[in-house]
Amino acid sequence: MDEWKSGASIGALKRRAQMMASIRRFFSQRFVLEVEVPLLSSSTVTDINLESISAEVSGSKGYLQTSPEYFMKRLLASGSGDIYSMSKAFRDGEVGKKHNPEFTMLEWYRCGWDEHQLIDEVIDLISSVISTPENVTRDITKISYTDCFVDHLGFDPQDVDLNRLREIAAGLASGSWFEETRANCLDLIFSLKVEPQLPLGIAIIYDYPECQAALAQIGVNSTGQKVSRRFEVFLNRVEVGNGYLELTDADEQRSRFNRDCINREKSKKSPVNIDTKLLAALEAGLPSCAGVAIGVDRLLMSESESRSIDEVVSFSWLRC
Amino acid sequence: MANYSTNEFRSGLKVMLDGDPCSILENEFVKPGKGQAFNRVKLRNLKTARVLEKTFKSGESLEGADVMDTDMQYLYTDGDFWYFMEPDTYEQHQANENAVGDALQWLSEQDTCIVTLYNGSPLSVTPPNHVELEIIETDPGLRGDTAQGGSKPARLVTGAVVKVPLFLDQGDVVKVDTRTGEYQGRVK
Repeated sequence: MDEWKSGASIGALKRRAQMMASIRRFFSQRFVLEVEVPLLSSSTVTDINLESISAEVSGSKGYLQTSPEYFMKRLLASGSGDIYSMSKAFRDGEVGKKHNPEFTMLEWYRCGWDEHQLIDEVIDLISSVISTPENVTRDITKISYTDCFVDHLGFDPQDVDLNRLREIAAGLASGSWFEETRANCLDLIFSLKVEPQLPLGIAIIYDYPECQAALAQIGVNSTGQKVSRRFEVFLNRVEVGNGYLELTDADEQRSRFNRDCINREKSKKSPVNIDTKLLAALEAGLPSCAGVAIGVDRLLMSESESRSIDEVVSFSWLRC
Repeated sequence: MANYSTNEFRSGLKVMLDGDPCSILENEFVKPGKGQAFNRVKLRNLKTARVLEKTFKSGESLEGADVMDTDMQYLYTDGDFWYFMEPDTYEQHQANENAVGDALQWLSEQDTCIVTLYNGSPLSVTPPNHVELEIIETDPGLRGDTAQGGSKPARLVTGAVVKVPLFLDQGDVVKVDTRTGEYQGRVK
């Protein structure tokens, strides 16, 4: 490998430029405002499975943002209306064929919409910005998280006993699983057993378990189970996006942050201070909205059938 | 031995897994956007040569295996063991048939091989990539028939059988790639 060279061909770089232009055109035609928000901030996410890259800024600690979400919600609470951002996001420890510590994230919010209206727009967006829409729009599947498990594994992920989940996880991966959380066991089983069997094309998984709500509202599904109003977008079995009917309740948000901080301490992860400015914005009033983040590099990988993210970014971490 | 974390797993790293030394072939990082990270790792068990796939939580670690690849000179066999010598120290090691494995058919005395030592004793033997060996048995050669195309089996002095061009004869010395078992050319 010539490390000084770009991992992407010049053709791949042109495709990236075209895709970014057509994404901007898509939102401009729909009157969604492009915003630029800081990549560097004095606070960051508490999410237990996201590690921020820290930096020293004029003598105090800063973090490269793992997504534009908190700043965008502060704009929404300021009355911005529908907005999108297409910019870099950073996550520590994520290097692999589908991961680069620095990547391009497209995130947008629709005021007054629910997650199912947003799912339709995600499908429209993907169909209109990738160069090979016939390969993906031919098959569009919407399926609940519960049905994925019932169809492929024969059990209901919402009802199943936690110890049974731990046993299944321990059979799939090494290490100790007998104190593992429900969310982590489900993630493992989903990644190893469900994802490889997802339908090709665009597959939307919705109604995630309550324990995987992150920043989504909690709702009730058709069978009366509590679920999080969150969805994930898969393109040819590769995760490309994650969306929510956004949590707007400041008290609930604060208690989720506190719970995250306790879990971080328990699992010996670096402590993170809660973003009080986001909580203040929620208290001032975040309009009811749905939001989603899409990995632009993953879209490019999918349309070009690239084996590695290194083939669609100018210089991946391997070359930096 | 040192411990290695999943983010240090690279192709060629030797680690202990379930009591056996293994060599890492591939390490794939898997992580749902909001979920826990895993590593799906392909390893070769160096005792059985079997390839296996294991999933680890990212950040888990494995103990390094005391496995060392050492250049050694092949000395001789007494029928039960094959003897190798480290050229710097003259230290000798005996490898059993299991360790010598497929290398057996390429070994000539004084060749330099890679002997993989595990806890100090030979675990496997890799012959030189290219060897030059005499043909001891083949159909009579068609002298002058150096045209392309056509081949015949030839038994070499070490026991290996390779396909060679028709014009070669018993007593000729040929160069062979031991990784593929393919004839590379005649040695004048």
